[in-house]
Amino acid sequence: MGLLDQRFESSNVFVTPLENVLNWARLSSLFQLQFGLACCAIEMMAASASHFDIMRFGVIPRATPRQVDVMFVAGTVTLKMASRIKRLYDQMPEPRYVISMGSCANCGGPYWEHGYHVLKGVDRVIPVDVYVPGCPPRPEALLEGIIKLQEKVRRETLVRPKALA
Amino acid sequence: MITEPRIIPTPYVTKPGAIRTSTGKTIRTDEMIINMGPQHPSTHGVLRLEIVVDGEIIVDVIPHIGYLHRCFEKHAEHMTNYQQVIPYCDRMDYVASMNNDWGFALAVERMLKIEVPPRVEYLRVIMAELQRIASHLVAVGTFGIDMGAFTPFLWTFRDREKILDLFEMTCGARLLYNYIWIGGLSHDVPPGFVEKAKEFCSYFGPKLKEFNDVLTYNEIFVRRTANVGVLPPDVAVNFACSGPMLRGSGVNFDLRRDDPYGVYDKFEWEVQVGKGEFGKVGDVWDRFIVKVREMEQSVKIIEQAVAALPEGNVQAAIPKRIRPDAGSEAYVRTESPRGELGFYVVSDGSASPFRVKARGPAFVNLSVLPEISRGCMIADLVAIVGSADIVLGEVDR
Amino acid sequence: MTSQEILDTLKSLCGDAVLDAKLDVLQPWISVEPLKLAVVAKALREDPRLDFDFVMCMSGMDHNNGTLGAVYHLYSMTQKHKIVIKAIVKNEDARVASTAAIWGGAEWHEREAYDMFGIVFEGHPDLRRILLPDDYPGHPLRKDFVVPEYYNGMKVPY
Repeated sequence: MGLLDQRFESSNVFVTPLENVLNWARLSSLFQLQFGLACCAIEMMAASASHFDIMRFGVIPRATPRQVDVMFVAGTVTLKMASRIKRLYDQMPEPRYVISMGSCANCGGPYWEHGYHVLKGVDRVIPVDVYVPGCPPRPEALLEGIIKLQEKVRRETLVRPKALA
Repeated sequence: MITEPRIIPTPYVTKPGAIRTSTGKTIRTDEMIINMGPQHPSTHGVLRLEIVVDGEIIVDVIPHIGYLHRCFEKHAEHMTNYQQVIPYCDRMDYVASMNNDWGFALAVERMLKIEVPPRVEYLRVIMAELQRIASHLVAVGTFGIDMGAFTPFLWTFRDREKILDLFEMTCGARLLYNYIWIGGLSHDVPPGFVEKAKEFCSYFGPKLKEFNDVLTYNEIFVRRTANVGVLPPDVAVNFACSGPMLRGSGVNFDLRRDDPYGVYDKFEWEVQVGKGEFGKVGDVWDRFIVKVREMEQSVKIIEQAVAALPEGNVQAAIPKRIRPDAGSEAYVRTESPRGELGFYVVSDGSASPFRVKARGPAFVNLSVLPEISRGCMIADLVAIVGSADIVLGEVDR
Repeated sequence: MTSQEILDTLKSLCGDAVLDAKLDVLQPWISVEPLKLAVVAKALREDPRLDFDFVMCMSGMDHNNGTLGAVYHLYSMTQKHKIVIKAIVKNEDARVASTAAIWGGAEWHEREAYDMFGIVFEGHPDLRRILLPDDYPGHPLRKDFVVPEYYNGMKVPY
């Protein structure tokens, strides 16, 4: 509440939809699952280090899937790893989001043709919200992916979806 | 009201000897198996360790790898030419791409007996040593995190960004460069590179001292790492360890000097070995300090190489289609930041390699982990894995 | 020692195991009887003149003519010499004596060769798949390997 702190003469009332408040809270503190897979994980580390400072978006790494909102799939997903990623995703509490970082996680990347042990896209095992292209994406691209995810969260609604007629 | 005690069926009570590790050993009653990874934050990637513990003491460690097996060797066989293999070498050890490119390019050059121009040799040394500093900065920074020190990580990544800026101005990429090609380089360095490299060398020395003050000689850090995970020199050689892992055990062996390649013989520098300053020779602290001191030596090499950088072409005259003679083969090893990086290339006379085997130093260095971690505490295992400085892309390839 | 001297010494120690040698190439190699490889390795390791204590690399090979190979690149830290030892086996009878008891560094390389090529190393302490999952079909670096359509319900080809 830094901006509004002690700026009012008396106590005040704001009128806003509940979803706005919830969405605002959610998008401002996207806790991230702290694990990396491959080359992209180094860029993810660079993004969380001093130069790019991912924490200003409220993205804080947590080591356990039970406490996180978003998983960055940073790197090549192999067949051996895919079942573990599925399990980690299942352990995350709702609402949960996935950012697929880099070409390998998007579609297999350079390993699409002869990769007998590479899963051609993490979206074959878990749903993905934002795809960040690049091999590897620059940290700025990852930050852009987070902003895209925040836009998505901002548009979420509490209204029950209407049945498709 | 007192209820009858409910009898809970206990499916978890097993017959003696029914619980086995994946190597097939039975465990005793007071032992248990715990699992670490593959998403554990301090395994530096997707390493899984199956640990048999007796209370807090480690009885056995069984590393499970392959969670990042990206079929490098299959791709190398299926490329349409030798040059196309180099981007995959980049992605093998993604913290030290330049060194990997050089290793493969050198193997093919030895097969074809290509001599590269002197400017190329000097630029390769500059790039490889800058990359060595960048790689060691990642290694020591993340090792600091493993030991509970977060600030050194931010510092090392700040300095690493300066090196990445140099690479970016050279070839446009931050992490995977595809810069060292067979017979030369993809292109020359841009104007202003030499000055920036000199600037970096003068900037980096004092920063390293600062780093040493805050982490290396910190009392807490020393107590956490000295006398832990001691790797005796004979075991290190028997398990074919290389790089800082081998030198940390006091074995004075560096491929840049003992199996020379490039123009390393033209520069003055020293091979750093562990001396057991705070404990036994070959402990975690020794492996750590070797990396830190190697960074100093790399700065020395870069300073000399930049000062003596000759003018000239950056691409040797090589055949348009690279086709080594059928049946020719070469195993060429270079000193990557992690140790002996070897490429065994076999040709069948066609335009693509018949077989490429990459000998990753991290793969071999990791295989000694069970030997040195028996009898340690669980928390020490984190220190040992961190000091081995593995990159899973290279362990699994 | 030159490679000719290494070959002569090896022949004097275990002459019946040495099959073939080629010394006039970039990296001279000696081909040995696959099931006697452990004996050869012991001689190479323990003879003080040879003293090969460092396994630089160990690779599996598929020669695409019905034979597989295990190639050991050896180095001596004390004598500073190198040699390549090859053991060539038939596809259908791919058995090589393991050297893991002599060189610790060969243990994981042999597991990898087993994983990738299906070469069985007899006497290996822990011959399991190392890189691929236990139930992965086939040995992928063999030249006749066909990528499976599905693995564990996941589609493998693009």
